[in-house]
Amino acid sequence: MKAVITVVGHDSMGIIAKVSTVCAEVGANIEDISQSVLKDYFAMVMVVDIDKLNIPFNGLVDKLTDLGKQNSLDIRTMHEDIFNSMHRI
Amino acid sequence: MINLNDILETINMIKEENLDIRTVTMGISLLDCASDDIDTLCTRVYDKITKTAERLVPVGEDIEKQYGIPIINKRVSVTPISMLGGKHSSDDYVKLAKTLDRAANTLGINFIGGFGALVEKGFTDNSRNLINAIPEALSSTNLVCSSVNVASTKAGINMDAIAMMGDIILKTAYLTKDNQSIGCAKLVVFANVPQDNPFMAGAFHGIGEAETVINVGVSGPGVVSSAIKRAGNCDLSALADIIKKTSFKITRMGQLVAHEASRRLNVPFGIVDLSLAPTPAVGDSVAYILENMGLEQCGAHGTVAALALLNDAVKKGGVMASSHVGGLSGAFIPVSEDAGMIAAAESGALSLDKLVSMTAVCSVGLDMIAIPGDTPADIICGIIADEISIGVANTKTTAVRLIPAYGKTAGESVSFGGLLGYAPIMEVNGKSCAEFIARGGRVPAPIHSLKN
Repeated sequence: MKAVITVVGHDSMGIIAKVSTVCAEVGANIEDISQSVLKDYFAMVMVVDIDKLNIPFNGLVDKLTDLGKQNSLDIRTMHEDIFNSMHRI
Repeated sequence: MINLNDILETINMIKEENLDIRTVTMGISLLDCASDDIDTLCTRVYDKITKTAERLVPVGEDIEKQYGIPIINKRVSVTPISMLGGKHSSDDYVKLAKTLDRAANTLGINFIGGFGALVEKGFTDNSRNLINAIPEALSSTNLVCSSVNVASTKAGINMDAIAMMGDIILKTAYLTKDNQSIGCAKLVVFANVPQDNPFMAGAFHGIGEAETVINVGVSGPGVVSSAIKRAGNCDLSALADIIKKTSFKITRMGQLVAHEASRRLNVPFGIVDLSLAPTPAVGDSVAYILENMGLEQCGAHGTVAALALLNDAVKKGGVMASSHVGGLSGAFIPVSEDAGMIAAAESGALSLDKLVSMTAVCSVGLDMIAIPGDTPADIICGIIADEISIGVANTKTTAVRLIPAYGKTAGESVSFGGLLGYAPIMEVNGKSCAEFIARGGRVPAPIHSLKN
């Protein structure tokens, strides 16, 4: 099972490091990262494997949402099923 | 592999275009709660609802978090209360309404539907008593919704029931006058009522349904509206295709949530309702969709044609996305719950008569329309009879949710807040139909050949 983490906000030092640290702490393995900086805006999409999470999935959602709030970033963590069901027949 | 553009599209729909799951509604049969003793009945009803739907709200919130998709409402619908066995008075039914309200509060849901009766052909003693209890029931509770089915294509129209509803609506408006006559926002009069509708105020758990069931209502006018805007200057065939594709995606999400809720609650999945349900939030409006299709303002000539195209395309796209589709399934055109409709009604572009003609091609009917508080009962009955006839003659669901705002006149407004929104009070045709309504009796079921 995979989850998709998206981060959008003003660019600042260490955004990827902060998100990656949370992922490592809870056992979410990062499989793919795509990121770009447009003017001052930072946008990142990260696909993580959540099969070996050491906390419930919703715990990871809460941790990343809190991290986003602390850093004025919009961080969303969503189970892959929503994308698969909406965009695959 | 998940495609980056797909991810961004979904997130944009949720973040910018107000995409959400409008409601996860658990239907619960109360048939086994029957008792002649009202206190026993109330206890059984309260216990059954609170036990069966105990996990509805937490499970809904969990799903919301897991998929990152807002689920705005968690609700319960129950067997039409007039059908619970035993002989009961109007006072008994008021007591039962308060019990439903208490159960809804305990569960933390935002509405409970099913305080209603099916009287398309005639009244039972219980259904008559229940209808008479509606004004007090709705004024002494907050979360209870009521619906009465007064007609069907197979049975015809029960004009005695329509005559009764005129007075009931006015009385409900009066009893909730300190709160902008909000009681009427929780009362719907139906023709051809669906038995598995998850949307309030008309939801109830039909007689042919299983013990418990999960029905899901999706939303997404903002998503359709933006897709049309992005499409630019294309012809109507291309536009219909764009609407279908968008509707497919929205409905797939509804199907996913319905499936997941059903699995986690161990309750059978019923249907996904494909309705485009607007909210007062700017951008989440069915009227804006029509305007993006090329109308100067909703209500202009051409509105019915645009709405017919929209409604049909939404269904075509949605049907393929879900294993079971049901409920009301179509575009809703409530006035108070749709920023574009409110603006059109305020500017005079959208009249009550235009709304009636729009309901001939879409779900559901005259919805959340505020009219002057001094509108006589016969005129309210006339409005209902007109709307109900459209449903009966066209074999479709139609409904009427009118708010005769007590003490207010055309040009003023009522504001309910939240999803129920804000409504300018619309003018009604003041000519009387009292003699026609007073005739009573039944309008025979329509013929289904010689179609013209």
